Amino acid sequence: MTDQGATAEQADAVRLSDPVPDDVILRERADKGDPLLSVKGLEKHFPIVKGLLRRQVGAVRAVDGVTFDVYRGETLGLVGESGCGKTTTGRLLTRLVEPTGGSIDFDGRDIAHLRQGKLRPLRRDMQMIFQDPFSSLNPRHTVGTIVGAPFRIQNVKTEHGIKRAVQDLLKLVGLSPEHYNRYPHEFSGGQRQRIGIARTLALRPKLIVADEPVSALDVSIQAQVVNLLDDIQREFDLTYVFIAHDLSVVRHISDRVAVMYLGKVVEIADRDDLYTRPRHPYTVALMSAVPVPDPARRDRAQRERVLLTGDVPSPINPPSGCRFRTRCWKAQEICATEEPPLLPRLGDAASHQTACHFPIDDAEEVAGRSSRATA
Amino acid sequence: MVVGPGTVSDQVPVTPDPAEGSVPGKAIEGRSLGRIAWTRLKRDKVAMSGGYVIVFLILVAIFAPLIVKFLGDPPNEFHQNLIDTSTLAPKGGTGISGDHLFGVEPQNGRDIFSRVVYGARISLLIAFLATGLSVVIGSILGVVAGFFGGWVDALISRAMDVFLAFPLLVFSIALAGVIPDKAFGLTGDALRIALLVFIIGFFSWPYIGRIVRGQTLSLREREFVDAARSLGARGPYIIFKELLPNLVAPILIYATLLIPTNILFEAALSFLGVGVRPPTASWGGMLSDAARFYTIWHFMFFPGMAIFITVLAFNLFGDGLRDALDPKGRR
Repeated sequence: MTDQGATAEQADAVRLSDPVPDDVILRERADKGDPLLSVKGLEKHFPIVKGLLRRQVGAVRAVDGVTFDVYRGETLGLVGESGCGKTTTGRLLTRLVEPTGGSIDFDGRDIAHLRQGKLRPLRRDMQMIFQDPFSSLNPRHTVGTIVGAPFRIQNVKTEHGIKRAVQDLLKLVGLSPEHYNRYPHEFSGGQRQRIGIARTLALRPKLIVADEPVSALDVSIQAQVVNLLDDIQREFDLTYVFIAHDLSVVRHISDRVAVMYLGKVVEIADRDDLYTRPRHPYTVALMSAVPVPDPARRDRAQRERVLLTGDVPSPINPPSGCRFRTRCWKAQEICATEEPPLLPRLGDAASHQTACHFPIDDAEEVAGRSSRATA
Repeated sequence: MVVGPGTVSDQVPVTPDPAEGSVPGKAIEGRSLGRIAWTRLKRDKVAMSGGYVIVFLILVAIFAPLIVKFLGDPPNEFHQNLIDTSTLAPKGGTGISGDHLFGVEPQNGRDIFSRVVYGARISLLIAFLATGLSVVIGSILGVVAGFFGGWVDALISRAMDVFLAFPLLVFSIALAGVIPDKAFGLTGDALRIALLVFIIGFFSWPYIGRIVRGQTLSLREREFVDAARSLGARGPYIIFKELLPNLVAPILIYATLLIPTNILFEAALSFLGVGVRPPTASWGGMLSDAARFYTIWHFMFFPGMAIFITVLAFNLFGDGLRDALDPKGRR
């Protein structure tokens, strides 16, 4: 990656409001055949126990009925504010957390309740990139040991030995093969994240779940890592589930985006659909919170922030009906009694689904930019 | 990279831009955290002097027969010609001379220097073996408790509480009393040493166990454990390959600090007559003998100083080791 390329890409990644270049829009999409990953009604309730007998008195409904498909070769962005269950969803997909309910069809097989022993061979096809590059690498191991661990754990033989394979992987992620004998503490955050990416690539997985892979990095390094992920996706035909709270990064890398709120998907759509025509009030509020870095553009876009009042309700006792109704300016009686299903609304394509009784139409979205703030 | 003692920033070196990479052709050998700690330890003069004393004491214990051959007399040889028969004190007060560097014992005139030198063997041997035993038991049970949690953790933790609450001194006096002269195929000193190692080691493992359990609890939540798990690693792999390398530092520190405690405990048991049987020399036993002749200062002074210097050296070294391996300086 050259410095020039990095700078250009970086600017692209940071400026959400920029018109997306045509070549990016027209980027070849994978033919949507069978989904590689199909999640239905996924649930994770963490029990709350009390007293000496550890009696269960309640549950944190971190993920409460999440349904989505991920098609081969695409990137699904998963966004939402802190505590909405996106990280738990990622850990459920890789079975680091045991699901309470629902199914996870991966490559035609339900892995939601598969025993760890049966799951082990399948783990080659499904890897995870972790959020914190400082805690995801064992400080006592050399880079060679860390990146070579997948081969040893899965007992995979490589053609020219593990060392050669590791050095090839290091080259692939933009590190020097001579870093083989170094320790993680000798690297910067961005370099460490590259080491982590090299580890996930070792077994040539089909699916990579990236849990906020760039949130812990400096903005200048974020773009480099995002572009690296982009490059290796093309090279190895990878499918990503990209979890993030940074909407600009998600817009840059995703083909489709799912918005989560309090353990549920409230809106899922093709990237450009979602960013140009958000339907769910929560999505609109989320979008309006993205800062515009260019002062000259601020007036033209006539962007007004939708300020949500109140806090996110507790996932221990979520609101009835629509979970967003307690903070929604469009909420009516039906929102408290009936939970809105995730469906295409207002004549949207089947790919754009919203869970809202009163979705925001295009006219309102444009007009609302100035009026909502005063309302 | 220059490593300053105790600073945190030195752990996170400013590395060049990843795009630049490294200079090709130059072999890069990483500096492990152990090596960095060693560099730091070498600068700690107090800890290093403690370390030198420990090495010196170990050498003295190993080469005790050789040292005594040149600088003293056999430890159990009586020299009653040096004793004033009316007061039982050594002639001239202490009997310190070129032949008897630390003087002679009252009453039977044994050479104190050689008894102190031979006493180092008993003290260090028992302290090291007992510490080794508690490190093995404590590390295994601690890491198992911390890693598996649940009822396993509850069981092991309660066991630790029981062991720590045990009236150890009373128990060991009673046990030493009922053990015959011949048991488990061992006799004499060997049996006594084995007994002390067992008592001390078996009852001090919870100190190590608690530390290891606590460290494991925090390490278990680190993402590299999740990473190994998401690669399909099993429990034993995670414990031995991922967790244990990170536990070496705390285990080493607390083992070093447990040794002086065990030396003191052995001395206390010997003082109470539960340790090795006379005439075998041990520091605690010498102090016990000296208590009867409290007016004769040198008899108590030299074994007492030996215990004091040994315990101090181990404590200083252990503290220095802890500073060098400081978990706060680690990332």
